[in-house]
Amino acid sequence: MGLTGVFLILFLIVHVCVNACIWAEDDGQMFNLAAHFLGATVVPRVLEIGLFAGFLLHIIQAYMLELQNKRKRGVGYQVPMGNKGSKWYSRYMGWLGTFVLLFLVIHIKQFWVPSRFTDLDEVAYENGAKVHNLFALMKETFTQPWVVIVYLVGCLALAYHLMHGFQSAFRSLGVYNSRYLKIINAIGVGFSIIVPLAFAMMPISMYFNWV
Amino acid sequence: MEHYTMNLTLKVWRQKNKKDRGGFETYSVSDISSEMSFLEMFDVLNERLVKEGKEPIAFDHDCREGICGMCSMYINGRPHGPWEGTTTCQLHMRAFRDGDTIVVEPWRANAFPVVKDLVVDRSAFDRIIQAGGYISVNTGNAVDANAIPIEKNSADTAFAAAACIGCGACVAACKNSSALLFLSAKVSHLALLPQGNPERKTRVVDMIAQMDKEGFGSCTATGACEAVCPKEISITNIARLNAEYGRSGLTADK
Repeated sequence: MGLTGVFLILFLIVHVCVNACIWAEDDGQMFNLAAHFLGATVVPRVLEIGLFAGFLLHIIQAYMLELQNKRKRGVGYQVPMGNKGSKWYSRYMGWLGTFVLLFLVIHIKQFWVPSRFTDLDEVAYENGAKVHNLFALMKETFTQPWVVIVYLVGCLALAYHLMHGFQSAFRSLGVYNSRYLKIINAIGVGFSIIVPLAFAMMPISMYFNWV
Repeated sequence: MEHYTMNLTLKVWRQKNKKDRGGFETYSVSDISSEMSFLEMFDVLNERLVKEGKEPIAFDHDCREGICGMCSMYINGRPHGPWEGTTTCQLHMRAFRDGDTIVVEPWRANAFPVVKDLVVDRSAFDRIIQAGGYISVNTGNAVDANAIPIEKNSADTAFAAAACIGCGACVAACKNSSALLFLSAKVSHLALLPQGNPERKTRVVDMIAQMDKEGFGSCTATGACEAVCPKEISITNIARLNAEYGRSGLTADK
C-alpha cells in the first residue's frame, strides 16, 4: 500500500503541475500543448500504463486488506472508541478512498477517454501543429454546477486521504528516524492541503470564468 | 485531591464460557471510595455477589501494580479506562464522579477469544514470542551484564520498547485488531541490542508469520494503539519493524 501510495503521490505532483498551466493566461495554449506532449510521446504513454497498474494494485489491495481486517473482530464493542486515540480520517481511509475512486471514474470518463479515444475539437498554434483542445472541453464541462460540486467533494476526500496516507506510506516503507518522520509529517500536511486545493481551484476558476 | 465516595451503575459483560453468547448485566455499587483502584471496586462488587449466592465476575489480574500485563478491561470505550499510560489496576476511582454509568467490556478480537466474563485468552501473544522473541545465550554462569558496550541511545530506545507488558490493549484498541504495536516492541527491543543480532533476520519474519496465523489484522497506522498503551510504547516501533522486515526480506540468507 505504501509503495503504490508513494507512486500515486508522485503522479499527483505531475498532474497538478500540468493542470496548473490553465492559469497561464494564454487561453489554454500551454495547457493544450502539455496535454498533447503527454498523450503523444512514448515515455509518458508507457508510464501511463504503469499508472493504471499502480491505481489498480492500490485499490484492489486496499479492499482486500479492509475486508480481511474487518473479519478480525467478530463481536464489536458496545461503546466504540471513536476519536479517543485516532483521527477519524485515519479510520475511514477505505471510505475516503472509495469516494476518490468514484470521482476518478467520472473524471476519467469526462477527460481521459475523450482525449485518448474519441475525436476532440482540435486547435492549431503558431508552429502549425494541431492539438486536441482539452482546455475547451474543461471550460465546457465546468459550466455545470453539479460537476463542480462533485469535483470539490472529490478533492476534499483526496485531501483527507492524503492527510493520513502520506505519512503512513513512509512508515510502511520503514522510515523510523524521528527527525525524518517529523519532516515527512510536515510535508504530508502541506501536500495534503496545497495539492487538493490547487485541484479544487481549477473547476472553480473555470466555473467563474477566471480563465 | 479530596477524598469522596460515589454511587455508580456498572454495565458489565457476562459470559459463562467460550461458547455462551453472553450479554450485559447492570449492577449498582454504592459508597465506592475515590481512592480505591478500579479492580478493588470490582472486588467489592464480587464479595457482594458471592454473599448473595451469585457467580462473581471473572476478570484477569495479578500484580496490581501495573507491570504484569494481566488486567484487561475495556472501560467506557477505551482499553484500561480513561487515564493515559495506566493499566486498569492502576486506574483509580477518582477518575469517575458520583452517579456515573461505567460500561466494562472484555478485549474484543477473534485472536483473543473470551474465556469467561471479562477474561480473554491471550496465549496468542505467548506463541508469537515463542516464534522469535528470544536470543541465543550460552548456558552456564550468567554472563556479565556489561560485557558488551551498548550505546546510550540504543539502550534507552530498547528499554522503552522492552517496557511492553503484553497486555493486549493495542489489539483491543485497533480497528483492525492488529497486534503490530506489541510485535514491534518485542522486535525493536531485541533488534536494537547486540544480543539480538544472531536471530535478527529470522526473528521478524517468524514472528509476523505467527501473528498472521493467530488471526490478528494488519496495521493501518491510525495510532489508537499508541494512545491507549499503558506503557506508552511508541508507534515508531512499527516503522522500525517494517524496516526490519524489509531488511530481512532483502538480505535473508535462506
